[in-house]
Amino acid sequence: MEKYRLKQHPVLPIEVRSDITFYWNSQPLKAKAGEVISSALFANGIKIFGHHPKDGSAQGIFCANGQCAKCTVIANGVPVKSCMTEVCENMIVQSVEGLPELPEVTETPNFETIEEIATDVLIIGGGPAGLSAAIQMAKHGVKAILVDDKSALGGKLVLQTHKFFGSVEDSHAGMRGIDIGKMLAQKVMQSKEIDVWMNSTALYAFIDKKAGILKDGRYKIVVPKIILNAAGAREKFLRFKGNTLAGVYGAGAFQTLVNRDLIKPTERLFIIGGGNVGLIAGYHALQAGIEVVGLVEAMPTCGGYKVHADKLKRLGVPIFTSHTVLAANGEESVSSITIAQVDEKFNVIENTEKTYPCDTILIAVGLESVKEFAVEAQMAGMKVFAAGDALEIAEASSAMFNGKIAGLKIVKEMKSDVGDIPESWYKKAAILKSHPGKIEDRIPADIWEGVMPIIHCKQEIPCNPCSTVCPTGSIKMIGDPIMGLPRYEGKCIGCGKCVAICPGLAITLVDFRKDASVPTVTLPYEVGNMPVAIGDPIQMVDIDGNSLGSFAVTGVTSGNATNRTQLIKAAVPKEIAKKIVSFRIQDAEVSHQIEKSEPESAIADTEMVCLCERVTAGEIRALVRKGIRDLNQIKAITRAGMGPCGSKTCDNLLKQVLRSEGVSVEEIVENTRRPVFVEVPMETFAGKKGGRNA
Amino acid sequence: MRKTYDVIIIGAGSVGVPTAMALAEKKLSVLVLDALASPGQGNAKKAIGGIRATHSDYGKIKISQRSIDIFSTWEKLHGDEIGWMSNGYSYPAYTEKDEKMLKDLMKIQRSFGLNISWISPEEYQKLVPGISMEGLRGSTFSPEDGSASPLLSNNAFYFKSIEYGAEYRFNESVAEIKTDGNRITEVVTSKGSYGCGYMINAAGNFAKEIGKMVGLDLPVNPDSHEAGITEPMKRFFEPMVVDMRSAPGSKNFYFYQNNEGQVVFCITPEPPILGVHNESTSVFLPMCTKRMVALYPRLCNLKVRRTWRGQYPMTPDGFPIIGAVKELDNYINAVGMCGQGFMLGPGLGELIARIVTDTKHADDDRILESFDFYRDFSGQELFK
Repeated sequence: MEKYRLKQHPVLPIEVRSDITFYWNSQPLKAKAGEVISSALFANGIKIFGHHPKDGSAQGIFCANGQCAKCTVIANGVPVKSCMTEVCENMIVQSVEGLPELPEVTETPNFETIEEIATDVLIIGGGPAGLSAAIQMAKHGVKAILVDDKSALGGKLVLQTHKFFGSVEDSHAGMRGIDIGKMLAQKVMQSKEIDVWMNSTALYAFIDKKAGILKDGRYKIVVPKIILNAAGAREKFLRFKGNTLAGVYGAGAFQTLVNRDLIKPTERLFIIGGGNVGLIAGYHALQAGIEVVGLVEAMPTCGGYKVHADKLKRLGVPIFTSHTVLAANGEESVSSITIAQVDEKFNVIENTEKTYPCDTILIAVGLESVKEFAVEAQMAGMKVFAAGDALEIAEASSAMFNGKIAGLKIVKEMKSDVGDIPESWYKKAAILKSHPGKIEDRIPADIWEGVMPIIHCKQEIPCNPCSTVCPTGSIKMIGDPIMGLPRYEGKCIGCGKCVAICPGLAITLVDFRKDASVPTVTLPYEVGNMPVAIGDPIQMVDIDGNSLGSFAVTGVTSGNATNRTQLIKAAVPKEIAKKIVSFRIQDAEVSHQIEKSEPESAIADTEMVCLCERVTAGEIRALVRKGIRDLNQIKAITRAGMGPCGSKTCDNLLKQVLRSEGVSVEEIVENTRRPVFVEVPMETFAGKKGGRNA
Repeated sequence: MRKTYDVIIIGAGSVGVPTAMALAEKKLSVLVLDALASPGQGNAKKAIGGIRATHSDYGKIKISQRSIDIFSTWEKLHGDEIGWMSNGYSYPAYTEKDEKMLKDLMKIQRSFGLNISWISPEEYQKLVPGISMEGLRGSTFSPEDGSASPLLSNNAFYFKSIEYGAEYRFNESVAEIKTDGNRITEVVTSKGSYGCGYMINAAGNFAKEIGKMVGLDLPVNPDSHEAGITEPMKRFFEPMVVDMRSAPGSKNFYFYQNNEGQVVFCITPEPPILGVHNESTSVFLPMCTKRMVALYPRLCNLKVRRTWRGQYPMTPDGFPIIGAVKELDNYINAVGMCGQGFMLGPGLGELIARIVTDTKHADDDRILESFDFYRDFSGQELFK
């Protein structure tokens, strides 16, 4: 089973955990104590958890976030979401083949009165925004209940092994997301004002101004004066042939499996989407020792930060811009992906199809705010604020800052003696959420002596740790102190701090002091599962990943002193010294094409729109062509949106199908959303004494 | 140019749509107007799907029997899956009073030829395995009653009516109904105006407002009921289970497992919640699930997927108001369904078509007796 667990990681500590035994379809298997069932199954190489009652399609992990029910298994006789249920000693886990059987229950449970709790503020979500807001409230003595559906605070920060962008003073730039998460969480846990409810899901805001919360298996009613929606975002899904195969899932689910649960869910990964989420997922995969076969992006350039894209390219991952996915191929699980080039109108160009073997396809085509709860609360006449991705999709650095603003706004609502929010905060918030700006071609200064940083950062992004960390103040921001491009001017002492802190790994050091004709370059490196030792030849590459020749390593630091970023040194000819940015680690052979696509899925018309209820794009199209524009009528006829996820996944896809049929946005009638956001057992609502697990 | 139709129906719901189907099948030109965006978007989609003929009133029984014919043969005749199941209804009795009432009622129901019988607690346990036996005295069981998907049915009837030539205009609310003496001449909407032979009020929640436009005071007042649906499971019980008892905050509640395997449930709040608001309160889920789990402990682990609120357009005596009126020559009521629009709809649609075309059956007048607009509304149905 160890084959599918991470054995080492450049950033994440691999702790020794005790083994327990569980049974999968009567086969005894090992799991790690405390992990969820889905991860225990993945660790044993089991990726198919059952088959759908409607069409027999393979079911498995999809959101890894408790939002859908694709990962349902039967645990000790009861159907549960495997991504949210801890595996325990001797647990009997069975696959769900068709409709599950409801277990017999002979005893009538005892009930307790559902507790009703009044609070000043109810914060939904303990990620960067919710935590930052909570810290403001705690600071000013405002009491709040913070609910989060995971077992640890931090939201998506707990998955972010990379160093953060943004500004050092406002959003801890240069620190790794996981470390920022821990720091914020600690501050909140220490405060008396914030009552933290872990494993708790906000189910609905009712018209009587009460919020239904599932608190660790018990149903509670919270009556808040103010609600802060910091519930984050969910990933958009994509419509393509074979999108229903096992092994197609979101980048968030992937990061959960790898970075939280330390599972190696795939050997060969392909990524759809060149935004920051997709690019970072690719980098995380490499850090975990997973081969990244390629990344496809429909636009002519990646939408994410150039430094993220460059990192992947340099390490050897091909990025196919102006390409789209045609199909995921395979019978039950993904065995390959077929992509093709598109023209400027996104039409597929003939004879450009390419097929690559891979076992997993990540979808990273954008996020949308989780707003349902806030919308319901507003309809009920409750006062609602929003922060982070729930307010607006942006980087976590932005979420932390606008969380801070929202927190203070709420404090102002509760307390009259708090001053206005400084205008400068709003300006900074605007900068931190900026999209990447223009790309400039930069030529390093014509100096060939001494030591100096070479800054391979060519795109304006909100980021400034290099200028903050330099002990001689020699790195200056051109224009805006956060958004501007950094420029070296002054006296470099060769300390390498800028090299180690740059989140984009886009600064190198060139040292001419020992040998002006064969200077030493210092390169940042944090893919520790590919060890690099003194004397090893490494394939040097320029910013775009083009080879500059092979050179031997002359120095390696452990990374202990530099926040787990290793510094690699090599002596190279001065002509290429300033062009070297990194070195290739992934062999070109990883991204080999195959001639013909694999056998196609056994399920006909697999361009699935509603994964829960198995509704295809073809079925939707037929109804649209009959003149139907009301998503409620489409739901009534096809059940699209009626499944366990509550149209969280298909809503966008449905609208896309309508739009592709020429229906304007104004004509489309929205689906009515109803409580509850996630499925909850009856006995929990009924108030079973002692809670679900009693 | 104003277009004129043989019949204009106000409301594309569980009554309006099958009525349009029945009229269009008889080659009449039909226009259905609805303020919402598509068929069945008012209360039709809120119905949980139970269909029974085991009422206590001749008219309701006859109309529902015809409805059951239509539902049960639909797929065979027309090919569309509408989720019909002949899973029966059951009213378990946990008090002596309820047992007596149900048994008395059964005599009447059987005299009308309905297939309903009394079964022992042990027999009932076989139909609903795991139901609480504590104090259970037995249950009625009417195996020919059943259920269907209100969503699929309404759409099946809708597309069939279009095939027969009916026209629909959605997102059009009625602004004015013009009359000339005792005839309706024109229906004016937010988007146009239409002439008509007959006008049928099938406006559900808004029947009273439509009535007012033609000078009729219809005693139809909606009250709210809340419902929910669970995840699907392998079939584990058969009939609709109706618990007639009251508990603080509620009167009866009922649930069944639909043909998708999902348990659909509904409760009647006490006191009634008047009005047409559809937002859920925090009270429903704990109240309803507690009663359900206590009655049927096996439901403990069943996950609730979604809940919603809908209305019963109620009349004072619990009977619909159906048929022509003295005040107007070309107006027909099909209102006040009291929560039974779905099960009455198809049979009722045909009856209305017979009224419009003057082809009433011999017993139609007897059917319509209890639904007369001019009746004394102070009576109560023996059994709702």
